[in-house]
Amino acid sequence: MKGDRIFEQASRMFAILLVVIVASIGFLLLKESLPAIRKFGWQFPFSSIWDPVAEVFGAWPFLYGTIVSSILALVIALPLSLGIAIFLAELAPPYLKAPVAFLTELLAAIPSVIYGLWGLFFLVPWLRTSVEPFLIKHFGFLPFFKGPPYGIGMLAAGLILAIMILPIISSISREVLQAVPNHQREAALALGATRWEATRMAVLRYGKAGLLGAVFLGLGRALGETMAVTMLIGNRPEVSLSLLAPGHTMASVIANEFAEASGPMHLSALMGVGLALFGTTMVVNAGARFLVWKVSGGRGEVRE
Amino acid sequence: MMGRDTLRKWVNRWMLALTFASALIAMVPLFLIFFHILSHGIGAINLDFFTEMPKPVGETGGGFANAIAGSLVLLALACSVGLPIGIFGGIYLAEYGGRKTGEVVRFFSDLLNGTPSIVVGMFCYAILVKPMKHFSAAAGGAALGIIMIPTVLSTTETMLKMVPRSLREGALALGLPYWKTMSSIVLKSARAGILTGVLLAIARVAGETAPLLFTALGNQFWSLSLKEPIAALPLQIFTFAISPYEDWHNQAWAGATVLILMVLCLNVVSRFFMKNKLARGRS
Amino acid sequence: MKIQIEKLNAWYGDHKVVSHIDLQVSEKSVTAIIGPSGCGKSTLVRCLNRMHEITPKAHVDGKILLDGQDIFKEDPVRLRRRVGMIFQKPNPFPTMSIADNVTAGLRLNGTRDRGRLEEVAMESLKRAALWDEVKEHLHESGLSLSGGQQQRLCIARALAVNPEVLLMDEPCSALDPISTARVEELIHELKNKYTIVIVTHNMQQAARVSDYTAFLYMGELVEWGKTGDLFTNPKEKRTEDYITGRFG
Repeated sequence: MKGDRIFEQASRMFAILLVVIVASIGFLLLKESLPAIRKFGWQFPFSSIWDPVAEVFGAWPFLYGTIVSSILALVIALPLSLGIAIFLAELAPPYLKAPVAFLTELLAAIPSVIYGLWGLFFLVPWLRTSVEPFLIKHFGFLPFFKGPPYGIGMLAAGLILAIMILPIISSISREVLQAVPNHQREAALALGATRWEATRMAVLRYGKAGLLGAVFLGLGRALGETMAVTMLIGNRPEVSLSLLAPGHTMASVIANEFAEASGPMHLSALMGVGLALFGTTMVVNAGARFLVWKVSGGRGEVRE
Repeated sequence: MMGRDTLRKWVNRWMLALTFASALIAMVPLFLIFFHILSHGIGAINLDFFTEMPKPVGETGGGFANAIAGSLVLLALACSVGLPIGIFGGIYLAEYGGRKTGEVVRFFSDLLNGTPSIVVGMFCYAILVKPMKHFSAAAGGAALGIIMIPTVLSTTETMLKMVPRSLREGALALGLPYWKTMSSIVLKSARAGILTGVLLAIARVAGETAPLLFTALGNQFWSLSLKEPIAALPLQIFTFAISPYEDWHNQAWAGATVLILMVLCLNVVSRFFMKNKLARGRS
Repeated sequence: MKIQIEKLNAWYGDHKVVSHIDLQVSEKSVTAIIGPSGCGKSTLVRCLNRMHEITPKAHVDGKILLDGQDIFKEDPVRLRRRVGMIFQKPNPFPTMSIADNVTAGLRLNGTRDRGRLEEVAMESLKRAALWDEVKEHLHESGLSLSGGQQQRLCIARALAVNPEVLLMDEPCSALDPISTARVEELIHELKNKYTIVIVTHNMQQAARVSDYTAFLYMGELVEWGKTGDLFTNPKEKRTEDYITGRFG
């Protein structure tokens, strides 16, 4: 009996430790960023001036950069991910299903720094020499494509993020679609629908909530991506409409400046950015889990 | 009627083609990445790479010995933090967790899973680096260990839940106390599955760089001390990649090759065993 | 003859489920297919609107003539507009309202006119004997109805595309006795306009509802004929054994 109690208490202790650690993360971020929050107040997230030398800190460039790079990544990744999910769930012949699914999962396992390395030496030169001059030549009148073709910048970061979040969106979407009961497809087909129409009318509509959850999960991953982004985005706290311009995200500024922060206020401001990052990803991921949970009937089993 | 039908047929064929095209397009970066890494990395991998230390700037040659050793140290530290919490936490969820407490623990585990790894690094900075006034391997290992927890926890819970009731009941009926039933019988039976979860977690943190940037910090020299900064494979790849020296770029490619092969092997092996276990568990 | 089935064989992979069937279905009548579980009745019926082929590794051999034309040489999408199907478990689309469910098939074919859609919805719901119960609730979800109502909704949905043939795969097996009775009543009315093939494991239902009955056993057609004759004077011993309850 005594051994039982010890075992149970030990297990409970470790489980509680997990909860304590996670709660501490939020708590500690808050505590460390208080000096900056007290000094800059509500302006902190919306001011654009980030000057470590003058000790003036405003986090807006990073929020802007995070939002733009993530949206860009989603816009590129979403149609492709959905296409893959539909292909694997509905249309692929069995001999293609396994290899394609496997390869997509491999994409998810590649470490961020390797994406960054590849991006730096292959994606960026390609953008600088082919894609960006093309965009400037044909679409340069739009504010999105103004400025010199550095290669490095928001576009590069958005592209690499798209590649990185594609596997997670497509694999969750595929699970959602596969969970749609077969009788729904049959009902549509029996009415004289083509395969695509049956997919659109019966399967995609049925799995709407879960698909949205998959998108949220992809967004959550994009928000927190650090290494690949910091290697490709240019690391300049600028706010620019142009996709060709360098920028910064919440994660990349922390990666770039934390180790050599120029003073306690600088550090505190970075902690504030970290707090914002933690809060944002928490909300997005919670939303995602809820949506996927709703669709999978309360199972909520999501593989990463 | 006729025109409408042919239009629908046409749309159908095109949409199917588009979905297939998406799959192909997604494969392109994968193959490109592999191809580029292998073609650039294989050339730079030699015995020196594994045995030599990085040479000072300007000198050619040298290797990643310190980074590889450092990564191994960090992984060992990470396991010492992440495995107890993950495995015992999983035991708690599978065996004792009530409805409410179980949900809370799982929720927090999910929360941690979705937390950006750099934030975990900031946390370890605040609780270890700041008070110690020193960047250290311990802080880096702790960060990686915390990141490991959710993967280990959820796999442990799943694998334990798959052990049939009859096994536990049989042991209990023989007079074994509950804790011995757990450790000798149930855990043994779920051992392989739990191990695959551990391998997956290791694969994940082996490639993590961000949390190490201001905990382990990296080290040009050989150091295995837990209280000092330590080099790590992904970290050194990063440092070398963004440097202006071509020699260091080559070494970064070599490092990337080693890292990606290691991570992928761990991933493939553990996912393969996991699928097997899950399939067998369902039958 | 509305449908002529000639030498039909059907497989799931290597497993032969339906063997060498020759059967004829008269226009505007009800033909019941009976037999013990696993005898191939559902598969046979699913061949009639080429739904059998949807299952991976499924294939067919033989001819099925609809008004003299071999359906295997035609576009399956167009075929399924002429041959509708009601499934064992009611399967309305949960994300659509009742009205949208009924008009789903029409909207696929390009009908956009609101007025026309509402007209057809009302007509089909009336023909499925569901109109009075749902006319105030047309915009609620299809799932807000009871099981029996959902099945009649599915019937309305199938009728809306104006088929010639209605296939029913054990349509009442998931319903309570009262709903079952209402659906059977409906079948009586529908047969004036449509050709109906109904699969059922309930012999009394077959006797109540059908004009012709076919008995299938282990994938083979043992006997078929006028319902009255088959039940009172079966020609084959296996038929007699099944009807008198000696097996199945």
